[in-house]
Amino acid sequence: MKQPLHPALIAFAVVVFFFLVAPLVIILGAAVSDTTFLTFPPKGFSTRWFVKIFEMAAFRRTIVTSLEIAFLATGLALLFGLPAAYALNRYRVQLPSWLSTVFVLPILVPEIVLGFSLLKSVAVGVDMPVFATLVAGHTLIVLPYAVRVISASLSSFDFSMEEAAISLGSPPIKTFFTIVLPNVRSAVIAAFILAFITSINDVSVSLFLTGPGVSTLPIQILAHVEQFFDPVIASVSVLLMVLTVGVMAVVELTLGLTFLAK
Amino acid sequence: MVKRFAGWLMSTPATLLVLLLLLVPVAATIAATFGDARGPFAPYADFFGSAFRRAVLWRTIEIATITTLIALFVGFLTAFVVSRAPGRLKSILIIAAVFPLLTGVVVRSFAWLIILGKNGILNNFLLWLGVTDKPFAMLYTEGSVIVAMVYLFVPLMILTLVGVLEGIPDDLLQAASSLGATPAATFRQVVFPLAVPGLIVGAVLVFTGSFTSYATPQLLGGERQMVMGTLLYQRAMVAFDWQGASAVAAIMVVVTVSVVLGMTRIARRLNPMSS
Repeated sequence: MKQPLHPALIAFAVVVFFFLVAPLVIILGAAVSDTTFLTFPPKGFSTRWFVKIFEMAAFRRTIVTSLEIAFLATGLALLFGLPAAYALNRYRVQLPSWLSTVFVLPILVPEIVLGFSLLKSVAVGVDMPVFATLVAGHTLIVLPYAVRVISASLSSFDFSMEEAAISLGSPPIKTFFTIVLPNVRSAVIAAFILAFITSINDVSVSLFLTGPGVSTLPIQILAHVEQFFDPVIASVSVLLMVLTVGVMAVVELTLGLTFLAK
Repeated sequence: MVKRFAGWLMSTPATLLVLLLLLVPVAATIAATFGDARGPFAPYADFFGSAFRRAVLWRTIEIATITTLIALFVGFLTAFVVSRAPGRLKSILIIAAVFPLLTGVVVRSFAWLIILGKNGILNNFLLWLGVTDKPFAMLYTEGSVIVAMVYLFVPLMILTLVGVLEGIPDDLLQAASSLGATPAATFRQVVFPLAVPGLIVGAVLVFTGSFTSYATPQLLGGERQMVMGTLLYQRAMVAFDWQGASAVAAIMVVVTVSVVLGMTRIARRLNPMSS
């Protein structure tokens, strides 16, 4: 039998969860308000601010750019990260132990320092185009998700299964795709999702790397808020939240959300 | 022969990515601060010689420390309730914590602009209550930055600690109470010590996260509550003082890395499982 919790403790937790959810509900309310200024509770009901997002070229363009960058960076991070995660587990004896620390660095170094350093060394230093630099920067910051999430899953994989397949005549590459990959499928999905969400929401790296005509959605939101205080931002925020709900639904269906708490 | 290098072959592309996009650029930024024409430490002399920049550094440390302490307190108590909640409710609570975490920093900070603004919800509510007859100026204060930062980081703390607290077996709590410990004593003497490693991990994540944040202090603190992140941006992109910006960046790296290393050492010493 579990010990009952003190009522005061439960009341405290209720207040905390209210504090966590209420601001998001407020954004939702402000987004459908039939006013030209941000207000809550909403006055009237209108979806015109959602239509307005797509009428504004800056938002249309940055939404597309953000999605392109997120897909490219996540794809590249998996392409680089999956073999690295595999090697870190399969060839643990032959690789030095510091190697896995290398893939923690993009989390350890402050993102805003990374953004500034990439601007100096890559965007200006080697004169890389704006879009390519953004993709490179995002690939770097999402790489740890690819390597660490997949590596954690591979650490409990029994590599003798792979050896058995190979000794029975299956070519190594084919074995990887038919034996190893299916066993870490859920980790690959989780890595993809975490990486994608991180890229879509990134501010600190993109901040320095956006250039003339090429910007990302969060940077565009920041720029807009500094000049206007209208419900457009609330409706863009709702759009981003809908994307998050969609992603969470995918996680829930494939892994169960409690997975993220581990 | 190929087999001997297979591990290197597969890990090298990712390692090179980190080397070329992280180690080299960040090392170059830090090295630049020592290559100033006026002498090797000139950018640091500028930084610490300026009362304004010293105040920015101090304010950032203060905001990050207060945010961390509040997040620890709130996160720990909430995570304890979540970890003891029955199965279905627990999943719902975890979803309620994960959702804000997956929603971007800009969106979550923006919500507090609507709440704390001059015509914001909180001011309207206070006016309606009759607590005040003119709205308070809550935005662009240190308090507004801290509130939004706590909002930003509490979910992270809850999720970090739920995992740790779930690892504490129920038997242990029952044993304590059957031996005569009050619930408060059990909490203090059994649950808390076992949660210390998790609390340290959470504290490191929140402190480094809030110390290096940009969007939240920019939106809720503006120019008036400049912190290291916004100072770095201002130096680099508004003043085009790249030497000054590099010094800010180097100080941020030093503070972050020392906090991570220092806290990891403390965690190792305090871990009740290791001795």
